Amino acid sequence: MNFTEDQIIRYSRHILLQDVGVDGQEKISKGKVLIVGAGGLGAPVAFYLAAAGVGTIGIIDGDVVDLSNLQRQIIHFTQDVDKPKVLSAKEKISQLNPDVNVITYQTLLSSENAPEIINDYDFVVDGTDNFPVKFLINDACVIAGKPFSHGGILRFDGQTLTHVPGTACYRCLFHAPPPPNAVPTCSQAGVLGAIAGMLGTIQAAEVLKYLTGVGELLTNKLLSFNAKTMEFRTIKTKRSEKCPVCGSNPTITQLVDYAQAACEIKTKR
Amino acid sequence: MTYNLDVTKEHCPMTFVKTKIELNKLRKGDILNVKVIAGEPLENVPRSATEQGFNVLSVTETATPGIYNIEIEK
Ligand SMILES: [Zn+2]
Repeated sequence: MNFTEDQIIRYSRHILLQDVGVDGQEKISKGKVLIVGAGGLGAPVAFYLAAAGVGTIGIIDGDVVDLSNLQRQIIHFTQDVDKPKVLSAKEKISQLNPDVNVITYQTLLSSENAPEIINDYDFVVDGTDNFPVKFLINDACVIAGKPFSHGGILRFDGQTLTHVPGTACYRCLFHAPPPPNAVPTCSQAGVLGAIAGMLGTIQAAEVLKYLTGVGELLTNKLLSFNAKTMEFRTIKTKRSEKCPVCGSNPTITQLVDYAQAACEIKTKR
Repeated sequence: MTYNLDVTKEHCPMTFVKTKIELNKLRKGDILNVKVIAGEPLENVPRSATEQGFNVLSVTETATPGIYNIEIEK
């Protein structure tokens, strides 16, 4: 790959890094990353991956932009209200970096479409706000042998882990989704807008580390923070032999769609 | 092999970015002679090259006053 003069200037701060350099930037430019959800987490992830020059960014989201999204979903602007989120995100990415090939899927990730969509990417980012899809992403990625970044935010708290084949998966730590309506999502409990950026940028950094091979990923670890105290904790984890999807005798070998909480389906605000 | 690069028209940090890109194309043991102007580039290019594991063999003023040659071994 030969970078143009403009690309050399655009990516100069990566090229300057000893650990990234020209070779690392080439790896980023050849990378294909799927972002599930163009919301609070997907927005900063998409922005930083686009700025970094990730070659192909896929975005899947079935929603349209709502006024209540703008408090944290920074890729959408006031003029985008009622526009499909994937289109709004694609427009901003193309303005930020025309080098990026953006593929949009204006639909929900489901057990039906997940294997085929995920198959085209090197890495998957969970930027969703509901448990059923988080478990679906986990299971689909584990079964397909794809690395992914899990991310979740609520109120003032965020948590994330990175999975690559052989390391602990989301289900190793959290066995199954909570019953519908048992746990509030940020649409009911509220969320401090800026923590979406805090967590999403951690996820974006993990993607860039994965693509370039730099440093140590958040594998076999769960990072969590609370923005009120601004304390970060990293808990060590490991793959569970009894995990229903990545354990020695997996009971989950096919994808399932868990029931969504009623409020997640009906309400936008 | 010995190669030449002129970054006298560049500003920091592009002076070292261009140097690094050129060095990236070379084989270990090859020499790159980089022409820089005095001032910031003359200070930064050798320092960055050393920091990133390259061997700065010499820094000498060329026949043109204010233009220096940095000899870097990959
Ligand atoms: Zn597992």
